[in-house]
Amino acid sequence: MGIDRLISWLRAAAVLLVGLGLPAVAAAADDQALIAKGEYLAKAGDCIACHTNPGDALFAGGRALPTPFGTIYSSNVTPDPATGIGKWSADDFYKTMHEGRFPDGGLLYPVMPYASYTKVTRADSDAIFAYLRSVPAVNRPNRPNDFQFPYDNRQLILGWRTLYFNEGEYQPDATKSAEWNRGAYLVGGLGHCAMCHSPINALGGSPESKAFQGGLIPMQNWYAPSLTSNKEAGLGEWSLDEIVGLLRNGVSHRGAVYGPMAEVTFNSLQYLSDADVRAMAIYLKSLAEGSPPGPESSGVSSSESSLLMSLGQTVYQARCAVCHASDGRGMPPNYPPLAGNPSIQMESAVNPIRMVLNGGFPPGTAGNPEPYGMPPFAQTLSDDEIAAVVTYIRAAWGNRGSAISASQANELRKVPLD
Amino acid sequence: MRTGKFRCFPKDLAMVAWFFTSSKTLGPVVRSRQTPASSNVAPADGRFPPLATGRAAFLWLSLAISPVLCGAAFAQTPQAPDTIEARVRACAPCHGEQGQGTDNDYFPRLAGKPAGYLKNQLVAFRNGRRRYAPMNYLLEYQTEAYLQKIAEYFSALRPPPASPAVPDVSAIVLARGKTLITDGDQAKGVPACSGCHGPKLTGMEPGIPGLVGLRASYISGQLGAFRYGTRTAAAPDCMQLVAASLTESDVTAVAAYLAAQPVPADPSPVPQGTLAMPFACGSEPH
Repeated sequence: MGIDRLISWLRAAAVLLVGLGLPAVAAAADDQALIAKGEYLAKAGDCIACHTNPGDALFAGGRALPTPFGTIYSSNVTPDPATGIGKWSADDFYKTMHEGRFPDGGLLYPVMPYASYTKVTRADSDAIFAYLRSVPAVNRPNRPNDFQFPYDNRQLILGWRTLYFNEGEYQPDATKSAEWNRGAYLVGGLGHCAMCHSPINALGGSPESKAFQGGLIPMQNWYAPSLTSNKEAGLGEWSLDEIVGLLRNGVSHRGAVYGPMAEVTFNSLQYLSDADVRAMAIYLKSLAEGSPPGPESSGVSSSESSLLMSLGQTVYQARCAVCHASDGRGMPPNYPPLAGNPSIQMESAVNPIRMVLNGGFPPGTAGNPEPYGMPPFAQTLSDDEIAAVVTYIRAAWGNRGSAISASQANELRKVPLD
Repeated sequence: MRTGKFRCFPKDLAMVAWFFTSSKTLGPVVRSRQTPASSNVAPADGRFPPLATGRAAFLWLSLAISPVLCGAAFAQTPQAPDTIEARVRACAPCHGEQGQGTDNDYFPRLAGKPAGYLKNQLVAFRNGRRRYAPMNYLLEYQTEAYLQKIAEYFSALRPPPASPAVPDVSAIVLARGKTLITDGDQAKGVPACSGCHGPKLTGMEPGIPGLVGLRASYISGQLGAFRYGTRTAAAPDCMQLVAASLTESDVTAVAAYLAAQPVPADPSPVPQGTLAMPFACGSEPH
């Protein structure tokens, strides 16, 4: 009797527990799904690049971001209530992403790419917020920015916003496919590709009319190629597989990512789904389609070519041909081709000069975990030799880039690498 | 399949094969070749005559082997060797083809140093706790697994030893260097280098590097870097303590003495735990 009563009591308790527990379990699963979605979207937004110091606590901020107006330090976005965003609501977070304003209405410097993030949907913003709430809280006060007068006055941001900030979520283009629209949403929104690939003027702004037309990245001294011109990134002529390979793996049969783009592939693009990267590729390809192929003309005159080209060829055969081959075809994808590669023939010669000076490894990714590297030559080649070999690769094998001078090479030696 | 200029179009080949073997196009060709003598061997059930069957087989066979032909073209396009040597060729201009170092005073020998030590350095460069801009830049976006593999590769190399430097300091300075290496300086709390780096100064597995085969400029540069914090290691950072206790003239003496020592025939580090270290070191597990 006693046992029976105990069993029936236990049964009732179990039923009650299950009845109470199921919604909680379901809610927890929903939370987990939302957090996982937010983690994915935070990768698509490459939040880590600015909000985490390498080798340091995730999203604890404090990373120095040099700008032409002074140095700004990224914020702690962990859920610490005192120093992070622990007291924020999802509304506050959306306001930051969408309007570029702090919860108290204060203005964010546009180093935070809210000119792009404004395109992000409320649902995606909420998912990212849920994910940030789930990472370990780190108590670390934000470091004050090091802006000089007059740029320390945040009211100046109002002027910038009037000229260059168009608030509003992404509006799909009904005449285009769902994939194209997904690509446009990712490239223009979370991907914030325009931060580097659109020209930036002296006011730190980039007019809508010049979106994705390429430009020198301030302070970093790398040239982000135009995404609308086949003379630069040239994606209009690439196959979708080649674009997907470049974005996700960091290498392709046409070329590899390098400089600041290596960071983007390493921290962001390699984690995106095949469908999302393909959607981005479809959109990017459409941006450049129809633009004339290849550079228009070589600026290397015959008198220059006799001197520069012959020294350049000598340096090339001694140092470069072992990987990039005498005919410039390389051994793709691991030793990229130079012949016909628009990346080295662009009007701005900053990138090929810096590649020769600084070398580099493509990022280590799931698709290419052990990349092949290129040595730096700053230590072994003179300015004259660098000018000659860069001129040579820009003009040999039918390439049509212009000549570069020793002083251009010398200028780029001084550029800080970090 | 893309192979530089070579392109293979299985779809196009399939179209060609279909065109030549479809009954519409095959008919007239077959009929024109039919002779009265052979017409009676043409099957009445509408199957292809032998000649047509042979042609179809040939065409479809061509299609079947086209990927093989394309593969052959692919193989002709030079490929980067699938080796760790080819991957880290970027290191050779400064560290030598065999990790033996180069003529440049500031680029160290890597060959034969313990893999754990090399891995720690690669990670420290990547994360910025050891500062040298060209190395920080090169390693910024590499995974720890790859850095481990690179470390193991250089650790296993055994190039012929370089001849030691002829010292450009006085015998007194060299003698001071030798004393610091073998006995340390008890008064200053400086332990003997050999207490951790081994009696032959070839290091100890897994985290303590050999000190032979390096140039004086590199060694004094590293002691300075430990002292001023541009080179740091896992806590407790024993080398920071040691370097902070050395005077400038001590650094000169140690560097000159070490650079003048020949690399022993077997430059391998001693096994882990061989030496009772004078104090704790964050890079060397106990």
